[in-house]
Amino acid sequence: MTEFFGIPVAVIPGQLTLGLVNGSFYALLSLGLAVIFGLMGVVNFAHGAFYTLGAFAALLGLQWFGINYWAALLLAPLAVGLLGIVVERLFLRRLYRLDPLYGLLLTFGLALIVEGSLHQVFGSSGQSYPVPEALAGVIDLGFMILPLYRAWVIIASLVVCFGTWFVIERTRLGATLRAATENAPLLQAFGVNVPLLVAATYGGGVALAALAGVLAAPVVLVNSHMGTSLVIVVFAVVVIGGMGSILGSIVSGLALGIIEGFTKVIYPEASNIVVFIIMALVLILRPAGLFGKE
Amino acid sequence: MKLRKLAMGIAAALATATGAALAAAGDQVVIGDIDDMSGVYADVLGAGGVEAINMAIADFGGTVLGKKIVTLTADHQNKPDIGASKFREWADEHGLNLLLGGSNTGVNIAMAKVAAAKKVPLFVIGAGGASLTNEDCTAYTVHYVYDTTALANGTATAIVNGGGKTWFYLTADYAFGTQLQNAASKVVEANGGKNVGGVRVPLGAADFSSFLLQAQASGAQVLGLANAGTDFTNSLKAANEFGITRTMKPAALLAFLTDIHSLGLKTAQGLYLTTGWYWDLNPDTRAYAKRYFAKMSKQPTMDQAGVYSATMTYLKALKTVGTTDSDKVMAELKRMKIKDMFANEGYIRADGVMIHDMYVMQVKSPQESKYPWDYYKVVKKMNGEEAFGPITGLCPLASK
Repeated sequence: MTEFFGIPVAVIPGQLTLGLVNGSFYALLSLGLAVIFGLMGVVNFAHGAFYTLGAFAALLGLQWFGINYWAALLLAPLAVGLLGIVVERLFLRRLYRLDPLYGLLLTFGLALIVEGSLHQVFGSSGQSYPVPEALAGVIDLGFMILPLYRAWVIIASLVVCFGTWFVIERTRLGATLRAATENAPLLQAFGVNVPLLVAATYGGGVALAALAGVLAAPVVLVNSHMGTSLVIVVFAVVVIGGMGSILGSIVSGLALGIIEGFTKVIYPEASNIVVFIIMALVLILRPAGLFGKE
Repeated sequence: MKLRKLAMGIAAALATATGAALAAAGDQVVIGDIDDMSGVYADVLGAGGVEAINMAIADFGGTVLGKKIVTLTADHQNKPDIGASKFREWADEHGLNLLLGGSNTGVNIAMAKVAAAKKVPLFVIGAGGASLTNEDCTAYTVHYVYDTTALANGTATAIVNGGGKTWFYLTADYAFGTQLQNAASKVVEANGGKNVGGVRVPLGAADFSSFLLQAQASGAQVLGLANAGTDFTNSLKAANEFGITRTMKPAALLAFLTDIHSLGLKTAQGLYLTTGWYWDLNPDTRAYAKRYFAKMSKQPTMDQAGVYSATMTYLKALKTVGTTDSDKVMAELKRMKIKDMFANEGYIRADGVMIHDMYVMQVKSPQESKYPWDYYKVVKKMNGEEAFGPITGLCPLASK
């Protein structure tokens, strides 16, 4: 078999596609984190818990109220985003004047509470969320069979990622948001309600995590610890992309998904640490991250 | 300053928690349970296991040799150091008489070393690694419910004889996974099959599709899933989704009833698996399951039935010898016959394996399933000797 860097050429397109699927999740999750960090300076350790909550919201919405997948795509992030706003108003806003470490501790504690409660109620073995009928088929790409749903994940997440990037970097609303981080008192003097803006930002970032949770629900079994290990990888992605860089988090999310995919072929045992090795290298060579500004 | 207050608060909370569990040794019989209570294996045994232990103690009458029977439980979080240090602490400070070891082979290997050092019997319930009664055996270890040898002898033999000759493995990259793959590989070869290859997957991987594509590229007929818990359910789910199951036959080298319940029969139907116990085997198993269900609203797994039986067996042995002396109790345990809702004429071999019947099962299709939790049909009942195989000689306690 022809080989390319030790990888049989025949498996490259398949692994590339799968890497993109996983990268889409990383991008979507790290985007939310980057938005929250970039605009608020909060290291949101509860991101994985909000991702899990998004998946549970979809699952319970279906089981209890018969809310279908498409409605859940909208309603679950909305509900979880509102919860995020409540968290910001009740707890997080008290910590802005303090060291960022306190925000980290608070969100980490919240994550433990959320995951522990879900475990207590639903157990650890997880529940199946059906793939929506319209996306239940498969596409035969020749080199592999790609479930239609996974293709949808790539498209949906790319659209949302670049939509978010556009809003923050290219619109007036985005400019106002960025102004709020640069100089909040001045912006307030112009009559802008800055606290509301900040709360909405946190809610928005959290809603992105919940959206990723809904997208993941049909792919994995929905359980209380689905976000725990993922959030650590996603943090590494954000650090590699450059803390707070929106574009950096999207690009590095996708790229790391692909790199991880190839590691699974070349040396599978290392596939869960390759992201961290890259993170260490980036921190040594470019401490601000690949897309970081400083 | 605030951080310091927080740390003191946490320390105080921890102190009260452990203080409450402190029990005066000597006038009590102390049974400990160290298991994964909050992680990926928590539903297999976990809280349900604690309930089963308490059921057994209540059924036994709550006392033995005139002493009250008390329980201690701890969460090992799948970390061998936590399991071993908790075991040591209980043995030193709480007069622990028996430890029931929960899921995770790695943790149980670490705890077996403590069992030998502290001379406290360890009944391994949830873990599968056969090394526990081979290279890692001790005079105080009993492997009660199932082991990797029995799983391989059951599932792999059934599938190879059914025509699945070439195998590729998806293996959890830790002690249990590699032991399971090795055991299955031997069985496949012994029955005239061929092992094409395998891929070692880190525990708790988020996505299995890359590994599955490699399995498919190998051209093997059988996809051997040498993993457990969420790893097993997520890999089988992805195998269905990616159409791998159209060309390859999946073999569950370890699947629990809770896994099948999570996956649903639509995904799991047709799957072969091996189990030490099933709730719907006979009137005795159904009677136990009914009582368990009333408390937990789930049917018990083989581990949750096994831990009940193990607790009973230990207490019966205590009653017979009239002392809690570990050496005398171990001698009686290896002499007695075990006959209850879990085992029929079971016995504990010199190397510590509890020899009892095992069942090769096939998961029913949604049409075949007539009532809730009606998931398995018996393909083959293996007697204990066939399932657990002959003594290997790797454990110094038992020569070939």
